[in-house]
Amino acid sequence: MEQLKTIGRELAMGSQGGFGQSKEFLDLVKSIGEARSKAEEDRIVLHEIETLKRRISEPDIPKRKMKEYIIRLVYIEMLGHDASFGYIHAVKMTHDDTLLLKRTGYLAVTLFLNDDHDLIILIVNTIQKDLRSDNYLVVCAALNAVCRLINEETIPAMLPQVVDLLAHSKEAVRKKAIMALHRFYQKSPSSVSHLVSNFRKRLCDNDPGVMGATLCPLFDLITIEVHSYKDLVVSFVSILKQVAERRLPKSYDYHQMPAPFIQIRLLKILALLGSGDKQASENMYTVVGDIFRKCDSSSNIGNAVLYECVCCVSSIYPNPKLLEAAADVISRFLKSDSHNLKYMGIDSLGRLIKMSPEIAEQHQLAVIDCLEDPDDTLKRKTFELLYKMTKSSNVEVIVDRMIDYMISINDNHYKTDIASRCVELAEQFAPSNHWFILTMNKVFEHAGDLVNVKVAHNLMRLIAEGFGEDDDAADSQLRSSAVESYLHIIGEPKLPSVFLQVICWVLGEYGTADGKYSASYITGKLCDVAEACSNDETVKAYAVTALMKIYAFEIAAGRKVDMLHECQSLVEELSASHSTDLQQRAYELQAVICLDAHAVENIIPSDASCEDVEIDKNLSFLNSYVQQSMENGAQPYIPETQRSGMLDTNFRSQDQPEASLHGLRFEAYELPKPPVPSRIHTASLEPSTELVPASEPAYPKDTHQVATVPSVSDAGSSELKLRLDGVQRKWGRPAYSSSAPSPSSSTSQNTVNGVTQIDAAGSVISKAHKTNDSRKPRVEISPEKQKLAASLFGGSSQTEKRSTSASHKVTKAVSHAAGKSQAPKSAVVSNQVTVEKTIHQPPPDLLDLGEPAVPSTTPSVDPFKQLEGLLDPTQVSSTANHGAVGAATESPDIIALYGKTPASGHSSSAAISLPTNGDGVNFTAGLLDATLSTAHAGTTLPTQSIKGLNAKDSLEKDALVRQMGVTPSSQNPNLFRDLLS
Amino acid sequence: MIRAVMVMNTQGKPRLAKFYDSVPVDKQQELIRSVFGVLCSRAENVSNFVEADSIFGPDSRLVYKHYATLYFVLVFDSSENELAMLDLIQVLVETLDKCFKNVCELDLVFNYSKIHTILDEIFFGGQVLETSSTEVMKAVEEISKLESASNSINLVPKSVSGWRGR
Repeated sequence: MEQLKTIGRELAMGSQGGFGQSKEFLDLVKSIGEARSKAEEDRIVLHEIETLKRRISEPDIPKRKMKEYIIRLVYIEMLGHDASFGYIHAVKMTHDDTLLLKRTGYLAVTLFLNDDHDLIILIVNTIQKDLRSDNYLVVCAALNAVCRLINEETIPAMLPQVVDLLAHSKEAVRKKAIMALHRFYQKSPSSVSHLVSNFRKRLCDNDPGVMGATLCPLFDLITIEVHSYKDLVVSFVSILKQVAERRLPKSYDYHQMPAPFIQIRLLKILALLGSGDKQASENMYTVVGDIFRKCDSSSNIGNAVLYECVCCVSSIYPNPKLLEAAADVISRFLKSDSHNLKYMGIDSLGRLIKMSPEIAEQHQLAVIDCLEDPDDTLKRKTFELLYKMTKSSNVEVIVDRMIDYMISINDNHYKTDIASRCVELAEQFAPSNHWFILTMNKVFEHAGDLVNVKVAHNLMRLIAEGFGEDDDAADSQLRSSAVESYLHIIGEPKLPSVFLQVICWVLGEYGTADGKYSASYITGKLCDVAEACSNDETVKAYAVTALMKIYAFEIAAGRKVDMLHECQSLVEELSASHSTDLQQRAYELQAVICLDAHAVENIIPSDASCEDVEIDKNLSFLNSYVQQSMENGAQPYIPETQRSGMLDTNFRSQDQPEASLHGLRFEAYELPKPPVPSRIHTASLEPSTELVPASEPAYPKDTHQVATVPSVSDAGSSELKLRLDGVQRKWGRPAYSSSAPSPSSSTSQNTVNGVTQIDAAGSVISKAHKTNDSRKPRVEISPEKQKLAASLFGGSSQTEKRSTSASHKVTKAVSHAAGKSQAPKSAVVSNQVTVEKTIHQPPPDLLDLGEPAVPSTTPSVDPFKQLEGLLDPTQVSSTANHGAVGAATESPDIIALYGKTPASGHSSSAAISLPTNGDGVNFTAGLLDATLSTAHAGTTLPTQSIKGLNAKDSLEKDALVRQMGVTPSSQNPNLFRDLLS
Repeated sequence: MIRAVMVMNTQGKPRLAKFYDSVPVDKQQELIRSVFGVLCSRAENVSNFVEADSIFGPDSRLVYKHYATLYFVLVFDSSENELAMLDLIQVLVETLDKCFKNVCELDLVFNYSKIHTILDEIFFGGQVLETSSTEVMKAVEEISKLESASNSINLVPKSVSGWRGR
């Protein structure tokens, strides 16, 4: 069948004429098409190349034959084979007088050659001649070649002719000449800078097509330099008006839209010109408003223009009416079934959100839909939107989502991208340092090799410095939680190197600080790390230094050090390492542990990694030593600038201080280096690989200045510290200060939001702690995405309110609370929130996990009243009605579910235990017990359980979507009807 | 600016490729392959847009349309509008359809130079030149008329008359 069709097609081709090729070529194409494997195809093509090579160099080939050979060459090259042997023939063909051959020649050279190819020089002359041709088709072909082949050096040769063509009688030529000039401008702006006025002139061309063509270069010019084109605003507006009013010839219509591509260009230009310019923008309001009204939103191109309008509106000086119209368009896009329109909707939402942040609110469900869409493009665009709208109130949910997605993809490019975004958001908005560390852990774990190494240093510094506020208890808690999380993670295989460095550093610095873990336990872990990364010297270096610190702290604390056997063998192995750095560290370690407690304490003071040290650059403490040496006849120090000749270089070299005194030198001179006193030099080298007060154990006794040694190295580390000041300020408090309670409104606020926020915020922490997550009882009225929506968007319009969520460390009976929530709208949930509030209010840093009940943000709602509300079906249904955001369709479900509550684990526990427990705290205990024992007790990942709970909902929704028929109808059903294969 | 136009079939074989930046031949092949790798993994009924930063460098997007056995792909930067580009593909396909009456993959294969002629009438040096398929058809027909006239010079010398008296 296929064969028959092919033959039929060939016959048809023959009858078409003009473009018909020889049987040979058809056979070639056919055999390539039928090739079963890449190897077979290659063989066919190679054979073809051989044939062509032979034939093409034969003398006196008929021109028509030659033309076909050239086309075959082009074809072969498209398939990825080298056809360079034929380039010269293509060049020759451009010299031909016949139009067909000339065009073929130009086609081939534009496909074969780049603008820096050697053969170009042979064509320049021909192009020059052709640009002056009488036949406009020849001129067009030449202009085509100009765009592709002319580079900065050859532009001057073409420029006069091209400029002359701007006044050509044929509009097609004028158009192409404009574009060729534009191309010149792109390649070398300076070469055509004096001709820019031509673009303005051509804007007034009689032919709309030429006018449209000038918009492209003008757009580029305006992008670079807005101010010199402000005078054109009025012209652009009037052109756009004329276009929109259908003043152009009918032939410019496209799908019943008047010249949409010109409209789009103009709107783009207006967006640039009106940006931040009230006066210019005011000129545009009317016409943009007109287009909003006139645009046909049923066609693709109509939507393209509408999208461009939205972009324009969000860029120019804001106008409330237009913003409203733009918001309408966006909601239409988002509600559409077409993924393309959704994509555009998300994109334009991201633009408009800068102008009017509140519009995100109404589209939250649509956004969540897009976030969960299987379409990667849409998903990424949505993440981009979320990234733009992140603030301290929703950062936890967003970053959590991002990390989940980051884990699920393989595309390293995008992974890097999203990882760095996570880091950026976390640094900017982290509600607490603790959360920051946990987030960082996740990012490092899954994309550690992709993130910037600075991020690791930031993290280390954060752990070392804590809040920057004088809250030592919180700081040490932060550290112990970091240590704990690292000890938990450390066993996992294939951790990225950067992450292991952080882990080693933190374990070395703080592993034994809180006394929870013994030195031998920590050192054992460190040895494991060093052994597991036998190829990674940096990690090993970090590990050895960490070991040294731990032993030093032990010695300083007066405990006896028993070096583990594996540790000993590690140090021995490293002291024979090829890396001098590792060797030195190993020897230092051995030296340090032989010292007495006092010396060690001075060398490596505990928790002093971020202490400021003053450097005595003059090394005045050495004065007496120098004095003594001078008295004993040593040479005085000559500053480098005063030295000459060979003395220059050798003075620095510690190993051969004598060399400078002798006359002859046989080695090559070293490159001059900045004058650094050698002591400092060696000391500051150390911290360049590590931010640790690494000392020089070999020297302390020589200098009798033990205490200064760590200070020197500390100075080194402080020099290398990253600037975190801006970041630090953003952490912690502000996130909470924004969430001021507003008790008065709590009764009328959103149920759904309340639940969700609790869940989402709680999940971050409970997940990270890998504890049994104790789920709160929850009335299942809100589908998963509504909750998500609420936690993402909730903060935007309503006053935030902190409440607590119970996330439980069952083993230690420590419950801590986290999360923010909206004050609940409906009685049902505010009830829960209220109840939960009686658990533990988190201290602002989220770190005092054990500290109970700091009363804050008290709800104004009476819990008992809420309890009554919970059990009152009528009230529930009513709250459900006005509570569920945009989920009117869900309300029957809600009621139904409510009716079934005893059947569902969480809800039933709530319903049962609520009335029986009068006392808030007792109630909570009961609540938690109940939850733990019910259905999802085993589920540690909250997101999973959420999914599970709403599986039915999502299935139903899915079915609905299918029914509604998402399958977009093909716009061209007739196309390719007779397709083969 | 439009960076590239590609047509490839569902097996990943290039049917047409034109790059408006300077791209060496082997790099072109690599790009075509990676574009195909992205496209063939995309499900039906998803959007026609792909972020192409990882393939074509920063600030590049890709719009594609799937017709029967062919992918039509446009690569461009942020100065273009995605939906409009999608329509441009539509213009290209409509023109091909008018030109070949129910165009199919084989038409593209066998009429390689004609396809390029059409392409050159729609895109010019990375910019959109013409968006009306009727206009494009007019231009292409004019060219092919003249070309077939000159073509027949070689075949049948007597039909020279029509063309500028050469």
